[in-house]
Amino acid sequence: MTLNTFRAGPDERGQFGIHGGRFVAETLMPLILAVEKAYNEAKNDPAFHAEMAEQRKHYIGRPSPLYFARRMTEQLGGAKIYFKREELNHTGAHKINNTVGQILLARRMGKTRIIAETGAGQHGVATATVCALFNLPCVVYMGETDIARQQPNVFRMKLLGAEVRPVASGSGTLKDAMNEALRDWVANVEDTFYIIGTAAGPHPYPAMVRDFQSIIGEEVREQIQQAEGRLPDTLVACIGGGSNAIGLFHPFLDDRGVKMVGVEAAGHGIKTGKHAASITGGRPGVLHGNRTYLLQDADGQIKEAHSISAGLDYPGIGPEHSWLHDVGRVEYVSATDKEALQAFQLCSRLEGIIPALEPAHALVEVSRRAPKLPKDHLLVVNLCGRGDKDIFTVADALGVKI
Amino acid sequence: MSAANGRLQQRFAALKAEGRAGLVAFVTAGDPDANASAKILAGLPGAGADVIELGMPFSDPMADGPAVQASSLRALKNGQTMKKTLALVRAFRRQDDATPIVLMGYYNPIYIYGVDRFLADAKAAGVDGLIIVDLPPEHDDELCVPAMKAGLNFIRLATPTTDDKRLPTVLANTSGFVYYVAILGITGTRSAAAQSIEQAVKRLKRHTQLPIAVGFGIKTPKQAAEAARVADAAVVGSAIVQIVADHVGKTGKARPGVTAAVLKQVSLLAKSVRGARR
Repeated sequence: MTLNTFRAGPDERGQFGIHGGRFVAETLMPLILAVEKAYNEAKNDPAFHAEMAEQRKHYIGRPSPLYFARRMTEQLGGAKIYFKREELNHTGAHKINNTVGQILLARRMGKTRIIAETGAGQHGVATATVCALFNLPCVVYMGETDIARQQPNVFRMKLLGAEVRPVASGSGTLKDAMNEALRDWVANVEDTFYIIGTAAGPHPYPAMVRDFQSIIGEEVREQIQQAEGRLPDTLVACIGGGSNAIGLFHPFLDDRGVKMVGVEAAGHGIKTGKHAASITGGRPGVLHGNRTYLLQDADGQIKEAHSISAGLDYPGIGPEHSWLHDVGRVEYVSATDKEALQAFQLCSRLEGIIPALEPAHALVEVSRRAPKLPKDHLLVVNLCGRGDKDIFTVADALGVKI
Repeated sequence: MSAANGRLQQRFAALKAEGRAGLVAFVTAGDPDANASAKILAGLPGAGADVIELGMPFSDPMADGPAVQASSLRALKNGQTMKKTLALVRAFRRQDDATPIVLMGYYNPIYIYGVDRFLADAKAAGVDGLIIVDLPPEHDDELCVPAMKAGLNFIRLATPTTDDKRLPTVLANTSGFVYYVAILGITGTRSAAAQSIEQAVKRLKRHTQLPIAVGFGIKTPKQAAEAARVADAAVVGSAIVQIVADHVGKTGKARPGVTAAVLKQVSLLAKSVRGARR
């Protein structure tokens, strides 16, 4: 089957092929339908787009640069490598692109309380930030394990006025934080808006988050035309839930000449079972409101994910990625903790940019691929976050005391 | 036995004839372990449970509060699987062919077991109905329609957020009974107000002939009686599995007396429900 377009999804049921959907409790269903309706109205409202544009320019600081990574290009000796500098956004990651969009929607819907889940803390910080900006109370659910390894972000959220609620259930990571946020939402449907941090969850979230993040790919499209006079050859991005990747990929999905690679976290290695690579090491199932590739056992129980990067430490993936994998439009590979640590250091020394551990996974794939490609091959990697938050984790992994 | 005239229909007809409401008792399959769980299940009808709601444990029970979450994890830790849950029902049916059993849980373990295989095995085991929290009517083709074709009731949750406009959608493919979620929230947290339950049941009765069971937020015998005064059944879950939790040591092993303690609480609830309309 040849598709006319890869950009038409989701269908009216909120599905991308078999993936996606709205697998939520009845208490939430009327609310999910209301969010969908409000989002569809906002999408067609020039005033909403004007407000987004204003916030992007003056608050987030967009457009983020497309930077030619000269030294990394020389070192790897092949493809011409560009960084999309999402780490230069306000709050230091791509996450704010989405939280600005969702809080504007929450305001349109008259909601007066915001909740969010967070893994690494980047989405929690981005949510706490916009809540401060718009003066709305904010509760962020965060696993206890993640709180321990992401202390700087926990403090940031508190400084911004958010309440961080520790989640002890399960492994105390992103999956458990999302369960707890959903439980909060069910109990507070009247006044609360749930700002989901990645392109996953019940419809319309995967599509909505993708739309808010697509500014990344739209800018790359213009910027690379300006720099090189043509479209890129390869796009590379890391994948936890996959919002930075879908944001970069989506505007290019119908450009058949543009190859796309998503990099999952292989943790200690796929064979060890201690990883977070849902596509490489999982199979389709239903969790957190959508059907998608999940890490699970033979009885359908969800397994704990593992990654050195808290932002990739999730046993699922956004449903659109699952579909893009099924139809073969995007290639999904993986990188281990160890490889990511090497890339983290390489990028810091070669480019003077300390990347977050999340995009360090994407840089692993860049290091594998670039040397084998011709010098006129244009490769764009999404540098979706800065690494300041990770220095303690990295020091610990390298056996350095700070 | 078809779903249209099965154990659930017979039980609710009998309750109506007696002029009283029923007690739906929730326990988690395999909690605290397979052995104790089988004994608890076997003792529930004698303790006064009119319908048994048997939880299929799931690692991520999003709609459940701390008590049911913990019971689910206890069962999983002790090796509970879908196969064992169905075997538990099969064993129960050898001694009791009248008490209806509905399985409650989340979709993923069923999806992974295989929908057709699950429905055939559940029917053969003696299951009467299914309550699947994360399958709204928008996904009826996944399990609801196949379940009804296989002769199993599909019991839907109606909630305070299900307005009159949406109710017909929710009730369209519902059978057995309607489960009214009395609170906004997860199981075992807030308490439901008697007055709001009465209004909700009246509202539901305008839309359906099916019996209405009320659950979420019903903990004490007194609250169960209040629900039983206005609804066709009261559902108690968290308060029962909490008794199990109270009888599990730090090692995760159940202490002797767990079965007796659970059944005693169920009999108190049943007595209260039975006397509610007198």
